[in-house]
Amino acid sequence: MAELLFWPALLAYGEAAVAYAGNIRHPGSLGRAATWGVRIGWLVQTWLLVAQAARADGFPWSTWAGSLNLFVWLLVTGYLVWGCRPSYRVLGLVLMPLAAGLLAVSYVAGGVSSDTGGNFSTAFLALHVGLVLAAFAGFTLSAGLAGVYLWQERRLKRRTAGILRPQAPALVALDELSAKTIVVALPALTVGIAIGLGRLFERGGGIDALMAATLLTWCAYAALLVVRYGLGWRGRRVAFLLLAGFALVVTVHLALPASHFA
Amino acid sequence: MTSSGLTLVGTSHHHAPVEVRERVALDGDAAASLAAELAVEGYEAVCLSTCNRTELYLVGAEAEARAERALADLAGGEIGSVLYRLHDEAAALHAFRVAAGLDSMVPGEGEILGQVRAAYEAGVPGPVLDRLFRQALYAGKKVRAETAISESPTSVASAAAALAQQVFGNLEGRAVVVIGAGETGELTARNLAKRGGRIVAVANRGEERSAALARRFGASAVGLDALERVLPQADVVISSTSAPDYVLDADQVRAALGRRKGLPLLLIDIAVPRDLDPGIHALDSCYLYDIDDLEAVVQASLAGRREEAARAESIVGLEAERFGAWQASLDVVPAIAELRERAEAIRAGELARAEGALGRMSETERRVVESVTAGIVNKLLHLPTVRLKEAAAGADGVAYADAVRHLFGLDEPEDARS
Repeated sequence: MAELLFWPALLAYGEAAVAYAGNIRHPGSLGRAATWGVRIGWLVQTWLLVAQAARADGFPWSTWAGSLNLFVWLLVTGYLVWGCRPSYRVLGLVLMPLAAGLLAVSYVAGGVSSDTGGNFSTAFLALHVGLVLAAFAGFTLSAGLAGVYLWQERRLKRRTAGILRPQAPALVALDELSAKTIVVALPALTVGIAIGLGRLFERGGGIDALMAATLLTWCAYAALLVVRYGLGWRGRRVAFLLLAGFALVVTVHLALPASHFA
Repeated sequence: MTSSGLTLVGTSHHHAPVEVRERVALDGDAAASLAAELAVEGYEAVCLSTCNRTELYLVGAEAEARAERALADLAGGEIGSVLYRLHDEAAALHAFRVAAGLDSMVPGEGEILGQVRAAYEAGVPGPVLDRLFRQALYAGKKVRAETAISESPTSVASAAAALAQQVFGNLEGRAVVVIGAGETGELTARNLAKRGGRIVAVANRGEERSAALARRFGASAVGLDALERVLPQADVVISSTSAPDYVLDADQVRAALGRRKGLPLLLIDIAVPRDLDPGIHALDSCYLYDIDDLEAVVQASLAGRREEAARAESIVGLEAERFGAWQASLDVVPAIAELRERAEAIRAGELARAEGALGRMSETERRVVESVTAGIVNKLLHLPTVRLKEAAAGADGVAYADAVRHLFGLDEPEDARS
């Protein structure tokens, strides 16, 4: 059942990615088709996750591939909060290819099956994995917003004649939204890490590379909030910092998972 | 032409110079009066008059001649050479293009849709014009919803406001400083104020003129020497003085930026020679647009509108086809109604003749007979009705309707049929 739901979800996300690309050239109906692709894909993926949860004996997204599946869902959920507005369709062009690609990787690696974490309780995994992934989804969204900010800022600096097409979010809105996303995501990461460390101290064991990188990520985003709200940094500098932070997220999620998930 | 024929006679900026258009232009009340005047003897009439066009939409016999006479009276002489005359689907297509802004000087401009609505409400529409104008309003809205034809600015002033929205989004409460008290600067400031911008100061050399402009915006009037003081609070600066040199240089702006804590600053320079030092654009979070940049934005926006217009044409084309199909069906509706009336009369007559036999039946049996006979009539007429409607959508509607009238003797008196 869950495997069957993967294909329509991937198809809908893929359609959204292609339609968002077309929307750059012909804004209007393609943008609406893309938004519907995101909505339908999200609904189908939600169903997929429910089916996985119903079938699994425990938390079904504790493997690396499974966590990718849940991460994609959280990312699209976050995007849907703003993504339905026409001006944020540019952000969809950044996020939906990523969502479709990661979902496909998750499928290939067995992330839509119902494998469970085995050694850990469902409640611990749901909180630890769920919160860390939610935070990473927030960081990814924030990086997407920063990317769109830099693109829009560059167009304004170049005085591009076609600056008004395609419609894009305002610079100030992108700047504020990306920072606010971190304000929400960082506490989630804090709690997720705290729960993980609590279990680590309880059971004993060392800090692996992924844990260290995750702690480094936390420090980076905490520092970012300090410079943004404490020192009043805005605009391009903060956008570059957000992209640098996202590089850490990619490292944590894609490059270092082997030891931790094992 | 049938009585349901739609006729449009009019002139517009495509066909007539302003000297002619101004003679036939009408205000809202006069357009309503003319429509009422034309809508006698069962006529339907709507008069659409804007600065670019005056068009009469009529339904009735000899509508074209009547409309031409009315326009000639308005013009005070013969203007047949600058009039266009369109009928039925072609007239509908034109009306839909007008409502969508495709026939406007600036493709997709939004004002025309309100003008079409006002003309419709002030006119004397019957079934045909009612349908035409409701569908025109629908087509106009659909084009604006499904294409980006009306999204972009068409003047330097509106381009400046659109740029400000690209930087700040909602302009509600955003502080605007106006340098110079010229007309273009005022127009640009008005555009920003209309979108929520707050004009906080007007800076100019001539105190009197800047004071008058500042009063109109509820802003404070300051001299150019006070610019550095007001600059830190500005989100948008509009400059349009006739000064021969820069009135604001990069160092002055850099000093103001320190107190803005990284918030962006948009500077619009619509003066020639330029008022603002081009070096300002190189400063972090500063965006300086001069008159050429704004003109380029307007031109790109107009090009975008023309591109979108091609998509809009297909939308209004489909709407015109729908209207044509509906209008054609009007030709066969009376024949269908008469055919059904005739069949019902025969059924009722035959039942009356059998009254003696039916009288002996129970009420239930009588109802069954009524139902069965009505069912037979309906089934017999169903296919001819459907075929007539289908034929009406093509070119054969009238021929089919005439054939039905002839075959069933619908035009003959009752006694001649039997």
